[in-house]
Parts: sequence; structure tokens; C-alpha cells
Amino acid sequence: MMIGRIQAPPTVRKGEPFEIKVLVQHPMETGFRRGMNGQSIPMNVVNKLTCTLAGREVFSADLGSGVAANPYLAFFAVATQAGEIVVEWSDDRGETGRLTAAFTLA
Amino acid sequence: MKRRHFLALPALAAVPARAQTGRFQPAQDVGPLVRKLADGMAPAEGGIEVELPQIAENGNSVPMRIRVDSPMSAADHVLAIHIIAERNPRPLVATFHLSAASGKAEVSTRVRLAGTQKVRVLAELSGKRFRIAQRDVLVTSAACLDESL
Repeated sequence: MMIGRIQAPPTVRKGEPFEIKVLVQHPMETGFRRGMNGQSIPMNVVNKLTCTLAGREVFSADLGSGVAANPYLAFFAVATQAGEIVVEWSDDRGETGRLTAAFTLA
Repeated sequence: MKRRHFLALPALAAVPARAQTGRFQPAQDVGPLVRKLADGMAPAEGGIEVELPQIAENGNSVPMRIRVDSPMSAADHVLAIHIIAERNPRPLVATFHLSAASGKAEVSTRVRLAGTQKVRVLAELSGKRFRIAQRDVLVTSAACLDESL
């Protein structure tokens, strides 16, 4: 399980877009770097991140080695009902992470 | 060691230094990649606002904000946003998938840039329409070059 942070408003207005900010702790190894012993460090990046709002997918991202370490993503979503924001991601090694944030409708 | 041999050394030392600059990625032709992502269509210019610093001090982390003009309704919305950096070893930096449920076609992230280059943003809109925008960015210290560690 990997570490991350999510920032989203606790109450949102129905039908009004609001911003969700996600920060994932990950080195995003490009596969081009070499370690102290000269051996190349294998590529390991968060390749997929999805966000669902009350069970409905609102955003997903395919990331590559061109995304900075500790990837930060901010995007918008519209809520039609109260529920939970669930952000899930996985990296090249198959490790996964998950963040949730509950929100209510104003 | 003879003096004349010693004097010949700096000339030799200069050779790997020159080879080093060859590690700077040359700008690749991203035309085929854009064509592939745009499904063979020619994307229209404009309609995308890209916030990217003109001068990025550190190519390892360059903040970027993309805004696409779109009502984001069920009939007319942005489906995908691609970031393409022509001098990166892997030019396709990221792809974001959006839908009408996104409400607003705005995404921000932080990217790695391997040198001064043009960064392109390609947006796919519903109804097989494509838009493209490009921004020049001067990168003082490029990413991906510190592999001597």
C-alpha cells in the first residue's frame, strides 16, 4: 500500500464542478538512471490512476516517466449525489494505493 | 610520463565531454505520435490554454495547468488530454481521460522536461474532434541527465 494525500471540499453543490487534488508519494523511476554500482535502476512509475465519485468514474490518467516524482494531479468533477471520492492507482511493480474522501451535498 | 604526453591528455579528456553533450535528447519528430493519437486527423489550433512557466529552472518538476474550452455537456465534452514533450526520451508524458462528469476540462500536474523544447497539448473532444496547442519552455537544468550518480 502506498501513501498519498487527497484534498477535496467536504461539501459540494449539486451540479457544480469542484476541484480534487491528489498527491501520491512515488519515486517515478524513469529506467534511465543508474545506481551507485552502475546498474540501471528498473523503470517503476505509477502508470494508472482513476477517480470515482459515488461509484461513477469521473477521471483517469495514464502516466509515464515524464511525470515528476511524487505525482500531483488536480482535476474537476461534478457530483449528482453525496458519497465518497475514491482515488486508486497502481505502479509498474503492481503495488497499489487507494485514497478516499467523503463529501455531502450542500 | 613525458611532458609532451601529459600535454596531450587534455585533448583526450575533451573527447568524452563532447560525447556527453550527445546525451541531450534531440527534438524528435512528434508528428507520427500526434497523428496516431488524433486518429489520422489534423487537429485544429487553439481552444486550449496551457499554463507553463516560460523559464523552468528545474526540468525535474515543471508545474503545468491545462484548460480546454468546452461546455462539458453530455453532447459536447473533452474525452482526453495528451501531453507531448518532443525532447523527452518518451515523448508521451501523460494522458488524462475526462467525461461529462468532470464538469470542467481543467487538469494540473507536474512534468519532467529533458531540456528546452516545445510542449504540445492535444485534446480529443466528443464527435472525433481534435485540438492542439503548443508552448515553448526554456529549461535551465534538464531532467534525465544526472544519471552519472
